[in-house]
Amino acid sequence: MVKEIERAGIPVVHMCTVTPISMTVGANRIVPTIAIPHPLGNPALSPEDEKILRRKLVSKALLALTTEVEDQTIFEN
Amino acid sequence: MSYRVVHYINQFFANIGGEEMAHVAPELREGFVGPGMALNQAWKGEAEVVATIVCGDSYFAEHEKDAKAQILEWVKAQKPDLFIAGPAFNAGRYGYACANICAAVQDELGVPVLTGMYQENPGADLKNKVLIVSTANSAAGMRKAAPAMAKLAMKLMKGEPLGASCEDGYMNNGIRVNFFEKERGAKRAVNMLIKKLNDQPFETEYPMPSFDHVAPNKAIKDLSKATIAVCTSGGIVPKGNPDHIESSSASHYGEYCIAGVETLTSDAYETAHGGYDPVYANQNPNRVLPVDVLREFEKEGIIGKLHDYFYTTVGNGTAVASAKGFAMEYAQKLLEAGVHAVIMTST
Repeated sequence: MVKEIERAGIPVVHMCTVTPISMTVGANRIVPTIAIPHPLGNPALSPEDEKILRRKLVSKALLALTTEVEDQTIFEN
Repeated sequence: MSYRVVHYINQFFANIGGEEMAHVAPELREGFVGPGMALNQAWKGEAEVVATIVCGDSYFAEHEKDAKAQILEWVKAQKPDLFIAGPAFNAGRYGYACANICAAVQDELGVPVLTGMYQENPGADLKNKVLIVSTANSAAGMRKAAPAMAKLAMKLMKGEPLGASCEDGYMNNGIRVNFFEKERGAKRAVNMLIKKLNDQPFETEYPMPSFDHVAPNKAIKDLSKATIAVCTSGGIVPKGNPDHIESSSASHYGEYCIAGVETLTSDAYETAHGGYDPVYANQNPNRVLPVDVLREFEKEGIIGKLHDYFYTTVGNGTAVASAKGFAMEYAQKLLEAGVHAVIMTST
């Protein structure tokens, strides 16, 4: 799905936990997430801290969307 | 009595000429012409090419309907036990003609068919429909291709069961056959692993699909003016899953309006995904589809706008072709809506 969105001409960032799959399917901007059942959260944290974590992850995704890439790139930090 | 075979070849293999003669209309000749000789030799009298149909590659491509009608008429009159075409190697129009005339003979006349070509020949797109022997990419491979095709052709004429594609040399046609392996799976897997660790050649029993790549689009210059859409394969849907998106092997996607929605509450949203523990996503659907944070970013002016709709499906055993189709469709909607970038989340 990521690739079809990219093909249509819209930049897209893939947020997922299993980044090798994302590489295989051909996503170009990849942001690793926390865990399969809660990619953008962590139930072990307090709701406040969890929100901070989610803000950080989504910020990273936005950073990826504003970064030029030539090839498949995983935004680790 | 030997089996009767009708052979289809192009102008080049009939020695009429190359590209400059590709326009010639179909022609019926008695007996074998060109590569048919190698087939006859391999069959040793058990089968024989009784007629050869020659057609220019461009003629077939440009007059497909007429060419097919004429050829079908000739084939029918010959009452053959088999129709064989090519081999076409990597000649694109020839391969296309071979595969398509085979499909027509098979469908219209119910005669068994066989062709041969290089795996990347565009004609090989029909490999799930027509039996195609995999050949080298140039006519230099004829010495191998003709006996391989002759052997498989004999099996078809005798009505013998086919071996696996790797055994009988045809292109994988997507048909699975159950059988008992000599060794159990664990042993085969360990043997494969040892070979891999020793850098020895090994053959996978489950080849991964090959994916093409799309070049990345330009980055967003000014986020504060950009409309961002959020999509997911994590199955987030309005509570009750109104469009009945399947928990696995999804056949469709959902499009839901989130205009004015500040956060995805557990009362209003849930996941339809059957491939992961849904507890965390159902407690707080923002953990999969981060609407709460994106709405905050919108208010803070970090992003211009969160798009009013999100697109969602269940990426659990869903066919690649289906997922591709979903996204092709909704990507157009996103484009029309003026969306500048997409965040896709996956579980």
